Amino acid sequence: MAAPVELPTPAKATRKRATVRPATSVLYDAPGPRTKRILWVSSAAAAALLLVLGWYLVIRPLDEQGQFSEQLWGPIIDPDNASFTPLWQLIGRGTVATLKAAAIAVVTSLICGLALAMLRIQLKHLTTQRFSHLPQPVATGARGLTWLLNGVTRVCVELLRGMPVLVTIFFVARGLRQAGLHWPEMWFLVIGLTLYNMVVIAEIVRSGIEGLPRGQREAAASIGLSPAQTTRLVLLPQAVRVMLPAVISQLVVVLKDTSLGVLIGYHDLLWWTKTAVLNLNNPIQMYIVVGLIFLVVNYALSRLATWTQRHL
Amino acid sequence: MGLLIDRFELFRDGFLLTLQLCVVAGLIALLLGTIAATLRVSPLPPLRAVGTAYVTLFRNVPLTVVMFFVVFGLPALGSQARFLAIPGLDILFPRLTIDLPYFRLTALALAVYTGAFVCEGLRSGINAVPAGQAEAARALGLSFVQNLRHVVLPQAFRASVVPIGSVIVAMIKNSALAGFFGLVGDLMQTADVLTSQEGQPLIPVFIGISIGYLVMTIPLGITLDRVEKGRK
Amino acid sequence: MKIKKLLTGAALVAVGLTTLVACGDETPNSTPTTAVTFAAGSTMDKLNKAQKIRVGTKFDQPGFGLAGLDGKPAGFDVEIAKIIAAELGIPADKIEWTETPSRIREEVLETDKVDIVVATYTINDARKERIDFAGPYYVAGQQIMTKKSDDSITGPDSFQDGTKKVCSVTGSTPAKNIEKYLKDVATQLVLFDVYTKCVDALKQGTVDAVTTDNVILTGFVATNPNDLKLVGTRFTDEPYGIGVKKGDTAFRDFVNDVLEKIAKDGRYAKAWTDTAGKFDPVVPEAPAVNRY
Repeated sequence: MAAPVELPTPAKATRKRATVRPATSVLYDAPGPRTKRILWVSSAAAAALLLVLGWYLVIRPLDEQGQFSEQLWGPIIDPDNASFTPLWQLIGRGTVATLKAAAIAVVTSLICGLALAMLRIQLKHLTTQRFSHLPQPVATGARGLTWLLNGVTRVCVELLRGMPVLVTIFFVARGLRQAGLHWPEMWFLVIGLTLYNMVVIAEIVRSGIEGLPRGQREAAASIGLSPAQTTRLVLLPQAVRVMLPAVISQLVVVLKDTSLGVLIGYHDLLWWTKTAVLNLNNPIQMYIVVGLIFLVVNYALSRLATWTQRHL
Repeated sequence: MGLLIDRFELFRDGFLLTLQLCVVAGLIALLLGTIAATLRVSPLPPLRAVGTAYVTLFRNVPLTVVMFFVVFGLPALGSQARFLAIPGLDILFPRLTIDLPYFRLTALALAVYTGAFVCEGLRSGINAVPAGQAEAARALGLSFVQNLRHVVLPQAFRASVVPIGSVIVAMIKNSALAGFFGLVGDLMQTADVLTSQEGQPLIPVFIGISIGYLVMTIPLGITLDRVEKGRK
Repeated sequence: MKIKKLLTGAALVAVGLTTLVACGDETPNSTPTTAVTFAAGSTMDKLNKAQKIRVGTKFDQPGFGLAGLDGKPAGFDVEIAKIIAAELGIPADKIEWTETPSRIREEVLETDKVDIVVATYTINDARKERIDFAGPYYVAGQQIMTKKSDDSITGPDSFQDGTKKVCSVTGSTPAKNIEKYLKDVATQLVLFDVYTKCVDALKQGTVDAVTTDNVILTGFVATNPNDLKLVGTRFTDEPYGIGVKKGDTAFRDFVNDVLEKIAKDGRYAKAWTDTAGKFDPVVPEAPAVNRY
């Protein structure tokens, strides 16, 4: 009997991840010398074309309007300019305000999201119970009550998820102010953000936990753990690894959504930018700086997310 | 509560305008997302770089800043997005062809922002297609473009319906910002004017615009849940 | 009842003024403020005791209320507010400034977020249903601003043919007024939440004109002399008042008293020349206050 033929394994398959290879890695043959040359030439041509387009469509019109002038860029990049220090202090103030609101919103969303997820799992579990150890009318009442509570939480969750977070923040700010609670705007922003994001995070956690094999829950029950203990000791740790990327990307969304605070009057980075633009008359330059700040911070956060995912 | 009945036209017009904005922005976003996804998997490094830059930029910059750049920066470059003013479409989208560019500009801003997420959704769909499919296509002698067009993308679209669907739902919710950037009369701006300028009571206005947004997002959400359960 | 309140208030203020002359300065702050006392329970007394007043003003209007890079507003409205605070015995550095764009000026008074609003606030009957006005302290007029190179718009009637687009601010009186002159509001009117966005839109050419009160426009023309100009003449009268919470008659009378006082003793003129006077050197005639 001939020995089974060992198929030559392609180089890529020796990577540690033993899962199915995605189609993107095999869409085209590995290039030979002629193809490499063609690729180089067309790459250079494409790059040149992009640069020319960029110059013609973007840089030239801006230059014609004088957007590259010293007067407009001076306060941002020239330390000798009189407005340089006040401007960067202003930007610092704004960035700190934005990060502060974002950090608090992230923490509260996580806590409330986890709590909401636990609540919903418990309620769903309770609806399957028949309460047979209680007298008949009480049992029916208890079943009805759990069914009602389950339904109500489901409705609230769907409502909060279906509404734009801007609407939530807006009405939280208006409503609480009308009720007489004059907290600083940051808290309205944080409350609004938490209300929206806790629902999203709760859904991620819930789907993570319910996506685990049923055998886990059964095994935990068979060794005598209560439902709460099961969730805490067995299901959550496993679910965390699955849901971590989604949760962290939601946290990046929280950071981006803190920019909505400017629309309810919170003195965040965008609000201070408006003030700077009023005084220095350079909107496009300022918003480029703001865009870069957001880009850098968010990108760093996303890289942190991928790093933690790889090392957990 | 009588407010909802008295000013019903205001809510209805706001809803219709938001709906039109979302449809236009959604179509353009799907187009841009597909182009970006093709760029990201192409063999030419500069094209890949452009695709990656586009996605990284718009995934990390808030929509507020993007809207500012499009609504105020694009006119500075000399464009009022008139290329979107296709003559026949103003039966469906009345504001598309008027002189004031804000409908076109906010739709474009929303589309450009959402396109990055559509691209990522498509890419996750393409990655869900097993490598064997593309390998088999190559074995049959199909070129890169033929491979994508006939084998990978059709399967990828099916796998990416759910991620792209949730991106569209997010876009509908993000459309609330358009009211602050010159789009007079959409749902959020209506709420703003009613509650602050006219001092109307909060609860009826809140219920009014909630219904407006939920009518758009909840059916989509339920359909997506069904599709997701169906394919498990 | 009202006359009795007025007389009591006036008597107490008189007593307070004589005591301050007798007793002299007591506050330890850098700005010397005279110790004043007010009727117990009145808003003036509460503010004076708290040594803090919350003022709502504009942060984006050159000459009237414009925030500097440190976030603190400056302008004619700001100066008037500072004078009122001084009359309450509160030094200028104890004022808490809040930005109140046009559309939330009533809301911040109704929900007690600020104590007074001095923010190019036009007095009209609709607003009087929600809040009360002291003043007027200045009479502006609505006018139109266009690009310097544009001669096609000469006044509000230029919008009748439906081709010109105009921009204003949500919740402002000029926005409501200009609708009458437009052929089709949906295609001709753009509303933003702040004036600077309108000015940007005008400079970009996405709108043909910006309309609001002439003093606000003068501020923008002064900061953009090569791009913008005012056209036509003012076609409405916009009396600016100071917003206070509805029903607070004693406070309103107090503010009116202050306004009348400064019109005569030169502080009004000084407030103007220090701020908006840089754009328009002619010191306006302080209008008679309306004690309705």
